Amino acid sequence: MSVAGTQPVQAPAPRQAGLGDERLARVSVLVRLLQRPELGALIGALAVYLLFATVDATSGHLFTSIAGMQNWTDAASTYGIMAVAVAMLMIGGEFDLSAGVMTGTSGLLLGMLITRYAVNVWLGIVLVLLFAGAIGAINGVLVVRTKLPSFIITLATFFVLRGVDVGVTKILTNTVRFDISDQAPGFASAQSIFGGTFLAPYNFQDAVLWWIAVTIVATWVLTQTTFGNWIFAVGGDSNAARAVGVPVSRTKVILFMYTAMSAALVGVMVALRFKGIQSGQGVGLEFFYIIAAVVGGCLLTGGYGSAIGASLGALIIGFAQIGIIFANWDSNWYFTFLGVILFVAVGVNTWVRRRAASARR
Amino acid sequence: MSEHDNGVPLLEVRHVSKYFGSVIAIKDISMEVRAGEVTCVLGDNGAGKSSLIKILSGVHTYDEGEFLVEGKPVRFSGPREARAAGISVVFQDLATIPLMSVWRNFFLGSEPTIGVGPLRKLNAGFAKRVMREEMHKMGIDVRDPNQAVGTLSGGERQAVAIARAVYFGAKVLILDEPTSALGVRQSGIVLKYVVQARERGLGVIFITHNPHHAYPVGDRFVLLNRGKLVGSYTKAETSLDELTKMMAGGEELERLSRELEKMAADPEMKQVARQMAQEANRPGI
Repeated sequence: MSVAGTQPVQAPAPRQAGLGDERLARVSVLVRLLQRPELGALIGALAVYLLFATVDATSGHLFTSIAGMQNWTDAASTYGIMAVAVAMLMIGGEFDLSAGVMTGTSGLLLGMLITRYAVNVWLGIVLVLLFAGAIGAINGVLVVRTKLPSFIITLATFFVLRGVDVGVTKILTNTVRFDISDQAPGFASAQSIFGGTFLAPYNFQDAVLWWIAVTIVATWVLTQTTFGNWIFAVGGDSNAARAVGVPVSRTKVILFMYTAMSAALVGVMVALRFKGIQSGQGVGLEFFYIIAAVVGGCLLTGGYGSAIGASLGALIIGFAQIGIIFANWDSNWYFTFLGVILFVAVGVNTWVRRRAASARR
Repeated sequence: MSEHDNGVPLLEVRHVSKYFGSVIAIKDISMEVRAGEVTCVLGDNGAGKSSLIKILSGVHTYDEGEFLVEGKPVRFSGPREARAAGISVVFQDLATIPLMSVWRNFFLGSEPTIGVGPLRKLNAGFAKRVMREEMHKMGIDVRDPNQAVGTLSGGERQAVAIARAVYFGAKVLILDEPTSALGVRQSGIVLKYVVQARERGLGVIFITHNPHHAYPVGDRFVLLNRGKLVGSYTKAETSLDELTKMMAGGEELERLSRELEKMAADPEMKQVARQMAQEANRPGI
């Protein structure tokens, strides 16, 4: 397609197929770029980076240093892992409000398995992932079967888990946290994978590598595989997708399972890194994931978005969280800032999408 | 027009009836579709058009009568079986997903892949090429396969769905009210695709309530009213005027116009009543 006006009136269609191929080259780079859902997030990330680089009040301008980078990638990484999953689910047309509390539930379950039942840490991680998969499957099956909005179903899951987290922890420990001993079998090796650091003098978190890997794999699945095609289809129009033979229910349930298992991964990371976990862990974080996904260009109504965009959204949250501290502002402004970013991002994304659509006529 | 005039019809129903409990959905319907022909099913709302489509496409089974595909009796247990037998439905509103690109829509649900195991991925190059070729055959030049279907016109969107059904082996194409949501120009474009599908040797069932859309493209006309067959004609046996009159239900219109005239005091309603009377008496518009 062309930028409006530059394309001559369509000639009579040539009979032999493939003759029109050379027209593809005429699609301008600008239009191609505007078509990408993550463009707004990329511009936003650059703007926010520049803003906090400018207002940085630390001596030696930490924000733009490698030490600063260690800080904001650390903050962004766990948001990023979750934002990618939440974005995939959102593209598939559903929400998961239990994604935040699920990180806490998973970490607490790992703590319980290790401290109460002396389970090997690695086995514990496998069990936690299976448990999370089951919770995700319950969410998914309930949504698909009842046809109720996933907003309501997962809100219920959220509150159930939130109560269970604190209740069970109190019964078992008489406190509100599980402490995990670093003497537990398998702890050292597991921590080096899930809660360790790399690049010795700067000590970047392992979670950053997980975040990058998750983003790459998710992008590949979304854009290059049959399953990715189905995700866009079930979110775009589930009835039309069903009519051409896409297994709509299965696709949605798998997405819910993936989201819950991503939360389990983050929960495991938190528990191993801090050698313990609070019973209130993760509550409220679901909104950060949704913000990252929406800032990254996902449509709330489904069928449109990208994993890279969600990662960029998480990066913006990381910039803001660290940048506000470095700027010596009251950290409460962080929330206001994210709210404004969300407003701006939704506005810009809507505008960009309209431009992209109208430029193609 | 038809290459197989003497052959067996691609699809035929004989005296088919369907009941939902005590409700008669359709009663004693017979019709046939031949390769390279368009059979138009005409009827007002509630005439039984959707029940008939649902039987033909395997959504419902029938209670009485016969259903033959290429001369052999069939009883489909689901839409998948009907599709495997070469019967495809293009639904007016369920055809495509607006935010997805043309090539992704085209192969949705039957994606071509290359590679093995976890590295198996969509064969996007093949999919784009085939989509462009198939759309070419319908006379549409898709310049950018990545273009979202939502940016196409209503007629072109129907064309994507039709081209897709044809590519995946449809022999009988059922088009459910393809023009009802479209303007005059877009309707014309869809009618062009109907003719194109016919010329490629498909049997087309064209469901509509608009005789002006049906008559120019149709070879056979089946009229339904209240679940019953009102008439079945070849093009030679009828005219647009007759079809229009039968569709409007001549007598019914006449009665309505008289009633209106009696009730209506104001001149505008009188005018409406006069028009209805004219339409009822004078065949055609």
